[in-house]
Amino acid sequence: MHKYLVKRIIMMLPTLFGAGIFIFFLLRLIPGDICLVRLGGQGGFVDEAAIIACRQQLGLDQPLILQFITWFVNFFTFDFGISMWTSQPIIEEVGLRFELSLQIALMATFISIIIAVPMGIASAVKQNTWVDYCVRAFAIAGIAMPSFWLGILIILGILLTTAWWTGIPWLPPIRYVPIWEDPVHNLSQLIWPALATGYRYSAVATRMTRSAMLEVLREDYIRTARAKGVMEKLIVNRHALKNAMLPVVTVIGIEFAFLMGGLVVTEQVFNLNGLGKLFVDSVTNYDYTMTQSLVLLVAVVFVLSNLAIDVLYAWLDPRIRYS
Amino acid sequence: MTAVSPIERAQLPPKKSVFRIVMRWCRKQPLGAVSAAVLAVIILTAVFADFIAPYDPVLNDFANMLTAPNADFWLGTDQFGRDVFTRIIYGAQTALFVGFTAAFFGSTVGLVLGVTSAYLGGIFDLIFQRIMDVFMAFPSIIIALAIVATFGSGTQNVILAITIPMIPNCARVVRSSALQVREIPYVDAARSLGFSHARIVLRHMVPNVTAPYLIMFTSFLGQAILAEASLSYLGLGVQEPTPAWGLMLQGGAEEYAESAIWIAIFPGLAITLAVFAFNLFGDAVRDTLDPRLRSR
Repeated sequence: MHKYLVKRIIMMLPTLFGAGIFIFFLLRLIPGDICLVRLGGQGGFVDEAAIIACRQQLGLDQPLILQFITWFVNFFTFDFGISMWTSQPIIEEVGLRFELSLQIALMATFISIIIAVPMGIASAVKQNTWVDYCVRAFAIAGIAMPSFWLGILIILGILLTTAWWTGIPWLPPIRYVPIWEDPVHNLSQLIWPALATGYRYSAVATRMTRSAMLEVLREDYIRTARAKGVMEKLIVNRHALKNAMLPVVTVIGIEFAFLMGGLVVTEQVFNLNGLGKLFVDSVTNYDYTMTQSLVLLVAVVFVLSNLAIDVLYAWLDPRIRYS
Repeated sequence: MTAVSPIERAQLPPKKSVFRIVMRWCRKQPLGAVSAAVLAVIILTAVFADFIAPYDPVLNDFANMLTAPNADFWLGTDQFGRDVFTRIIYGAQTALFVGFTAAFFGSTVGLVLGVTSAYLGGIFDLIFQRIMDVFMAFPSIIIALAIVATFGSGTQNVILAITIPMIPNCARVVRSSALQVREIPYVDAARSLGFSHARIVLRHMVPNVTAPYLIMFTSFLGQAILAEASLSYLGLGVQEPTPAWGLMLQGGAEEYAESAIWIAIFPGLAITLAVFAFNLFGDAVRDTLDPRLRSR
C-alpha cells in the first residue's frame, strides 16, 4: 500500500508542474504585457517610466523562465501574489470564498448521493419496468438540463410560490454567514444552489449505480446466493451493493473534485461570492495573476481529490494495489 | 409489387437498401430513432431559419417590449422587444454550428493524436499521456474560461475553448482501442512493406478505430452545446446581438424573470431539448457500435 501511495504521489507532480506551465504561458500569449493593459487600457498616452516602474514592481523585467519558477515555487508556499484588480493578496481573496464553495460542494455531493444511490438500485432491480424508465428519464433530463437554467427556475419558483403564498415575494439571503454562526440563514441561502447542482450530478451517479448494479446482479455469486435461498433484499443490500459501490465511489469522488472548481456557473446564477464567481470576475477583469493562481489551485484540488479516490479505491479493492 | 413464391423469395438475396437498414436500426433503437427525428427537426429549423422565423432576430422593437406570448409573438418578446421564438430559431444556428464544429475538431484531433500515440508507443506515448493528464487535471469549464481569458470572447474563441478540453478525453479512449489494433498482424505487414508512419496511422489504423471515434463525436455534441450555453450565459461566449440560447438567459431573463417568465423558460427548454436529443442519440449510437456497453 505504501509503495502504491508513493508511486501515485510521484505521478502527481509532473501533472501539477505541467498545469502550471500551461496556464502561466497561456496567459503570457496575450499581446502586450500586464502593465500595458493596466496603464494603457484607455488607449491614450502611456508614460514610459510608469510602465518600467510597473514591470519592475511586478517582476516582469525578469526572464520569463525565472518569473515562472518564482511564481510556481511561491504558490506552493501559499504565497499566491497580489491580485491585479483589487491589489489585495490573492490568498486572502481566496480564503474568504473557499469556505462557501467547499460547503456547497459538500452539500451538493451529499444530495447527489441520497438521490442517486437509492434510485440507481431501484432502477437496476426493477430493470425494464416503469420504475426503471422513470429513473432513466429523470437521469437523462438531469444531464441535459443546464444547471444555470435549473437555478433560474428554482429562483423563479421560490419567488412566485412565496408571492402567491404570503403575498410578499421572498428571496434567499445574499450575504454569506458561516453555518456555525446562523445555520438557518446559512442553509436558506445555500440549499438552493446545492439542490441545483446536486440534481445534475446525481444524474451521472444514478446511471453509474444502475449499470454497476446490473453488472453485479448478473454475477455467479449472486446466482449462488439466490439458489441457496437468501432473501432478495439481503442479496441486493449485502451481496450486490458492496461490489457495485466501487465505480460509484469513483464517480462521486470525481464529481466532488469538479464541484470544488467547476461551480462557476451556479455561483453566478445564485449570485454567490464563491471561488467560481471570483474566477469569472478575474477573467472578466483581465486579472491575470488571480486567474493563473486560481487555475492552478483548482488543478491542485482536482489532482488531490483524484489521489484520494485512487487510494480509497485501492483500499476497497485489493486487486488494484497489487496489479 | 409482383407476386413472389415463397421458394423464389428464399432464393433472392436479402435486400439491403439504406432505407431497410435505417428502419431496422429504428426498430432496435426506438429512443435513438425518436431523438434522431427531434435532431432532424432542430437541424432543419436552423438551416431554414430565414424562412421559418417570423421576425428579425436582432431588430429592437420598443413598442413591443416584454410582451407576453400571444398570437403575434408566440413565445413573447424580450426587454428589447425582440421576438423570443425568432431568437430561439436563430439560436439553434449558433448552438449547432458551435456544437458540430467543436465536437468534430475535438474528436478528430483526439483521434489522430490517440492513434499516433498508440502506434509510436515508447517515450513519445509516455510524454503524450502525461500531457493529456495535465489537461484532464482541470474541470473543462476552467480550461475553457482560461482560453477565453487569453484570446477573448466571440464565436471562434468559444469553439476553441470548448474543443481543447475534449481532445484528451477522445485521445485517451481512442488510444486504448488503437493499442489493440496495433497488435493485429496487418500493421506489421504494412510496416514491412515500407509504408510511412503517417500512411500506416491514417490509412490502416484510423479506419479501425472508427467506432470509438463516432461514439466520442456524438457524445461531444450535447456537451459542446451545453458548454457554449454556459459560456454565453457567463457573458464570455457568443456576444450580443448574435442570438444564442445561453445569452438569452443572461441579463434580461434574470432581471425581468418575475414579470416576464417566458424569457427565462423557453431558451432553457430549447437547450434542454437539444442536449437531451443529442445525448439520447449518442447513447443509441454507442449501443449500436459497442454492444458491450449496452444498458449503461
